[in-house]
Amino acid sequence: MLAIKNLHANVEGKEILKGINLLINAGEVHAIMGPNGSGKSTLANVLAGNSSYEVTEGEVYFDGKNILEMNPETRAREGIFLAFQYPIEIAGISNATFLKTALNEIKRYKGEPELTPKEFLDRMKAKAQILGLDETLISRYVNVGFSGGEKKRNEIFQMLMLEPKFVLLDETDSGLDIDALKIVSSGVNIYRNKDNAVLVVTHYQRLLNYIQPDFVHVLFNGKIIKTGGKELALELEDKGYDWVKDEALETQNV
Amino acid sequence: MEKKNPKEWYISNFETFEKKLNGGSKTYLHEIRKEALRELASLNFPTFRNEEWKYTDVSPIVNNNFVPAVNTTPAKVDKKTIDQLLFKNFDYHLLVFINGIFSEELSDIKELPRGVFIGSLKRLYKERPQLVDQHLNKVSRIENAFNALNTAYAVDGFAAIIPDCVIVEKPIQILYLNSSETEQILSVPRNLIMVGKNSQLSVITNHRGTGSEKYFSNIVSEILVDENGILDFYKIQYENDEAYHIEKVQAIQKKSSVLNHYNINFGGAIVRNDINSVLDDENIETHFYGLYLAHGNQHVDNHTFADHAKPNCMSNELYKGILDDNARGVFNGKIIVRKDAQKTNAYQSNKTILLSKTAKIDTKPQLEIFADDVKCSHGATVGQLDEEAEFYIRSRGVPQELAKSMLIRAFANDVIEKVKIEPLKEQLNHMIFEHLKKVEILNL
Repeated sequence: MLAIKNLHANVEGKEILKGINLLINAGEVHAIMGPNGSGKSTLANVLAGNSSYEVTEGEVYFDGKNILEMNPETRAREGIFLAFQYPIEIAGISNATFLKTALNEIKRYKGEPELTPKEFLDRMKAKAQILGLDETLISRYVNVGFSGGEKKRNEIFQMLMLEPKFVLLDETDSGLDIDALKIVSSGVNIYRNKDNAVLVVTHYQRLLNYIQPDFVHVLFNGKIIKTGGKELALELEDKGYDWVKDEALETQNV
Repeated sequence: MEKKNPKEWYISNFETFEKKLNGGSKTYLHEIRKEALRELASLNFPTFRNEEWKYTDVSPIVNNNFVPAVNTTPAKVDKKTIDQLLFKNFDYHLLVFINGIFSEELSDIKELPRGVFIGSLKRLYKERPQLVDQHLNKVSRIENAFNALNTAYAVDGFAAIIPDCVIVEKPIQILYLNSSETEQILSVPRNLIMVGKNSQLSVITNHRGTGSEKYFSNIVSEILVDENGILDFYKIQYENDEAYHIEKVQAIQKKSSVLNHYNINFGGAIVRNDINSVLDDENIETHFYGLYLAHGNQHVDNHTFADHAKPNCMSNELYKGILDDNARGVFNGKIIVRKDAQKTNAYQSNKTILLSKTAKIDTKPQLEIFADDVKCSHGATVGQLDEEAEFYIRSRGVPQELAKSMLIRAFANDVIEKVKIEPLKEQLNHMIFEHLKKVEILNL
């Protein structure tokens, strides 16, 4: 589904990603872990098309299409979804307006009919229920007056509404208490199926207790220096990152 | 036609005007006009050398010989034209002024509470001359040649006299339509609004222009809000792109009164608003909300002045602007806290978004504080639409232009949400997108 080849990217002239290679197939959940500043969020933003990040080398194919040529809205319509670490507040625009606009754009791109107002509202209510969100969410302005946890839940709500093929969770666990974490994770688990894929970017292992990954990658200094199964996450939680760094240095990977 | 020296032009036109007044030239009101004409002769129109007009070049206004509306043949305007320009979907009393002169047949004043006067200044002068004598040109004093010009030619305008303890339920919508196909007209509405003790009034002034000629709206509004009175004053200015528009609002507020002034500007080539309030007793609240949206070569200048004369009052100001193309904005927010005005709370904020590299804003807070126990704050920001926010919206599949519109809507929101009349809010939202030629967002 997603193939990243030798991806290099700069932020404000400084190289952050230094040659990422990653293959994600439909039905898989991957986790990217790493210390602060290793490039995790950069990777998520580059994949979603944030123009503050400059790709200097490499290729990214999504369902066989080179997405680096695409603007963010086209990537979204192709099925890429980024759950933001810091969701933005949009005063004056209701969640309903926001999501209806987005969903209709996606449907139009795919050549599918738009939802009727009733279908749309029914869908909003059903998805809100999954995440334990109050129905008043529909008319509230996007993220305005939401707590940190509510904003993260709203990201997952948007994901459920837009039904993307590939989801990037950028530090979705940060700032969440354990109850919110469970709700958010259950949303992701409900969404998961054999046709879609998830890339979880996280600093901590605890989210991976609830969203179980098939693969765990360690990102350090802009490169993936180790890949393993879900037990690698536990090992990192236990022993920290230094041993991976040392191991990588020995094999001259860094 | 050769242009005349502006002062000579307006002074020579005055004779024609006087002849049209018939018996009206012997009244007290006419004494005020003649005095104003003398002042016009001695005052100069402001230039950039004048600190208050530093950023606004009024020479294009001054150098035009506009014909005072009273000296022209009244324009014919039908109800259908009027209807398209009104704010709708709520109940209101309607007053229509064509080129500053009241039109009885186009207006629709419904039943009013006892003792309330809502109508034209001309009629007020007929019915209650002593009121006009007492207040007109006393709440607001002539400060410059534009004020003098308004006063010299003032024959009509909106008048509202609300006695004590009356709540006027329906807002008053006042359409000032400027329209001429043949002449460049000077329109000089003179408004007088008096809200009695414990009374409430809501006024919407709706300034519009049709017709192909350039024109000049030069308005003075005098406002008195008595003890415990509440006045909501919505000014919505959508003159045509060629028009010049100057308004001076002078309010005097008495004990525990509230003035909410909303100053929303879309149209005009050169626009200048002076919004002044004297907080003349204790426990007064004054809110100045402003929104200015300009594109092309529009120039919009807002000057506000909260004059804290007495203790325990609060003034709060929020002005926001969105400027595109070569548009230019000016904001000058003056707050004076006089020696007696202890325990004053005065806040001011001006925020502007520039949508192009060539749009420009000059913003200046002007705080003069002579009391020592006060809370005052001010802040001004100038920036672009937030790129991270734009990325967030686009990352959901929304195209860039629509994402920008959402951010414009979001930026204007904290002013718009202060509007208390829901249908008006919606129509203002619509006008934002229409005026900036941006894709509209309709909330579900």
